[in-house]
Amino acid sequence: MSQEQILSSDGIPLEKSLKIAERKNKIKAVLLVAPLFFFILIVYVFPIGDMLFRSVDDRMITKMLPKTFNAMEDWDGKDLPEEKVYKGLYDDLTHLKKNKIHGKIIARLNYEKSGFSSLIKKTVRKLKKFEDGNYKEQFIKVHKRWGQNEYLVALKNTSPNWSYAKYLKGMDRKFDQDRNIIQVEEDRRIHKILWMRTLNVAFWVTIFCFVLAYPISHLLATLPMKYSNLLMICVLLPFWTSLLVRTSSWMVLLQQQGPINDLIVWIGLATDENRPELMYNVIGTFVAMTQILLPFMVLPLYSVMKTISPSLMRAGKSLGGSPFTSFIKIYFPLTVPGIGAGSLLVFILAIGYYITPALVGGASGSLISNTIAYHMKSSLDWAFASALGTMLLVGVLTIYWIYNKLVGIDNIKLG
Amino acid sequence: MGNDHFVRFENVDKSYDGKLLVVKGLNLDIEEGEFVTMLGPSGSGKTTCLMMLAGFETPTNGQIYLDNNIISDIPPHKRGIGMVFQNYALFPHMTVYENLAFPLRVRKIPKDEADKKVDKALSMVSLQGFEARMPMQLSGGQQQRVAVARSLVFDPKLVLMDEPLGALDKNLRESMQYEIKHIHESIGVTVVYVTHDQTEALTMSNRIAVFNDGKVQQLSRPDELYEKPVNSFVAEFIGENNTFAGEVTDVSGDKCKVKLNSGAEILANPIVAKSKGEKTTVSLRPERALINPQSAMDNNHKGKIEEVIYHGDHTRLRLNLLGNKQFILKVPNSSSNMDIKEGKEINIGWNSVDCRALDPK
Repeated sequence: MSQEQILSSDGIPLEKSLKIAERKNKIKAVLLVAPLFFFILIVYVFPIGDMLFRSVDDRMITKMLPKTFNAMEDWDGKDLPEEKVYKGLYDDLTHLKKNKIHGKIIARLNYEKSGFSSLIKKTVRKLKKFEDGNYKEQFIKVHKRWGQNEYLVALKNTSPNWSYAKYLKGMDRKFDQDRNIIQVEEDRRIHKILWMRTLNVAFWVTIFCFVLAYPISHLLATLPMKYSNLLMICVLLPFWTSLLVRTSSWMVLLQQQGPINDLIVWIGLATDENRPELMYNVIGTFVAMTQILLPFMVLPLYSVMKTISPSLMRAGKSLGGSPFTSFIKIYFPLTVPGIGAGSLLVFILAIGYYITPALVGGASGSLISNTIAYHMKSSLDWAFASALGTMLLVGVLTIYWIYNKLVGIDNIKLG
Repeated sequence: MGNDHFVRFENVDKSYDGKLLVVKGLNLDIEEGEFVTMLGPSGSGKTTCLMMLAGFETPTNGQIYLDNNIISDIPPHKRGIGMVFQNYALFPHMTVYENLAFPLRVRKIPKDEADKKVDKALSMVSLQGFEARMPMQLSGGQQQRVAVARSLVFDPKLVLMDEPLGALDKNLRESMQYEIKHIHESIGVTVVYVTHDQTEALTMSNRIAVFNDGKVQQLSRPDELYEKPVNSFVAEFIGENNTFAGEVTDVSGDKCKVKLNSGAEILANPIVAKSKGEKTTVSLRPERALINPQSAMDNNHKGKIEEVIYHGDHTRLRLNLLGNKQFILKVPNSSSNMDIKEGKEINIGWNSVDCRALDPK
């Protein structure tokens, strides 16, 4: 049974003429969205893509030692490699020395196995004394490590173009010589501490924000307009002040000779000699981050509470529910979408927070974001910074996913 | 103490801001089993009275008795008064069953008993089988019925309804009026109902309290309210009304002569204006005046038809009569009245007993 095609009055099939009629609007819509599309592409998609790429990109060393790796291809790694490998290494190092870029491979190789730094430096220094032929012997003469198989295996291990070693490092793990994943030495396991501290701070900041924001939001939603506007301005005021200024003012307030410490001494909670350290530790991070992130909890809560009719609580009471029961059974469940949105927002912001922990956190209050910044700016290990950033991103997406499973993302209300 | 009235307002004042009285010296008695409507324009204090009775507002002065007990110090959740709100106030995150079970659960009524009560309440509003629905999945009328059922499910002796039908469309509103009325009749609960819709009040109530300006203007049965308004506000507010302003020139027995501002004199029923020289507003219901009366009537005057408005079952005439250009007449649509045309002069007659001399506006 074939369905009869419906024609419009001028004989063109209806579907086709509908498409023609709508085409103009579609083009308009596409043009209107195009700037935003390109903006997102340039500002979000490319950088994030680049970050992902960087975190696994290990081609630098392959490019710098092409002949060595070429010669190593059929080496099984059991005994010392053949002459052609040393020949390749000689050619590559000579080339690097000529262009004065051999410093770059030192860091990479030393990361793979410590001891490479002095090995490469010494070898490069003595390259000019090398004679043609029998490179293997000459290399071993320059440094006995060239005759130790483990160094050459380590060198071969750097040959793949892609590596997830940076991610392992972010989890305090690494490859051993035989490419097994092992934990790093106990005293170097710093990243696990940082991750746990970051999660811990984000969790507690979210809890504090919730506890503080809930009553404020309720007040905002129920006060008459003229008072609630004023209160709203108080809540939003921090948004109008630079983050740096706010954090610095916390530094003024929290320092050991600062007003808060003065108050503590005045009340008698501490003596003048042992003023508590409120800053350059986790306490400072907690206090400052809670204050700074509070509006992100207040606004979603407020927008949800604003929609809850006061007659619902009245209905609860008139039906015999005590104020407490009515609150727990009626009001609170209705604010859950706001709590979810606010908590998710605060948690995700807190987990990647940078300036505040950098300024008031000190060593014991610094978070994973500070480590990322360190590797971006100081150690220049961008690949590792990218790997940490990616792990953070994956973590946030996981939290989002769990939240979606538990509460449902449709239940979120941001305003 | 309350004198055996079920609900009693005694000299109740209410002010929100300390400057203006919303309710002024209110006295109101409601008997058990009655359906009393508080009717009035917005801002007349009727909702405030209801809220005071429910416990959401406290009287600034005076006492409210429920079953001979002063209830000012009892919090709302302990008053045991059912309430239906204007916007239904169903709990959006609970199913219909949970909404109805809420008052039973907080009273710690065992589940099997609660189930029976919920079932009974739902059958009362013919909504069995809707237990698992969420309020959002119901139509406005169904939500309304759930709200009514919820207010009754815990067997309160008193149910308050705050403009419960305001959000419904006209047809649904009418059928809900009958439904609520029947529920009231079948279970004998006392209902205090607030509305600004006079038709609603007239159809449903045993007695109506007309509110204006924070005071009860008149408290009486619907027919009495319509036929015998005690002042011009009630006469104007309830139903349609023709008025003449004038001055009483003579009183004799149950009739008085009123000289209108246009110079004409009419015979009226002295209700408020009872002595000579008093200013008065005379009120006459449109259906009490007849065209070309066959028998003798107290008042007979000629009026000119200004406008004819067709209403289906009846026709409304706007006349210019004795200086009142807004004089309305209702004429049933029958063949004898076919010659009504604009611009025509007709004879109008009415009896003095239907024509009440009230307070001047």
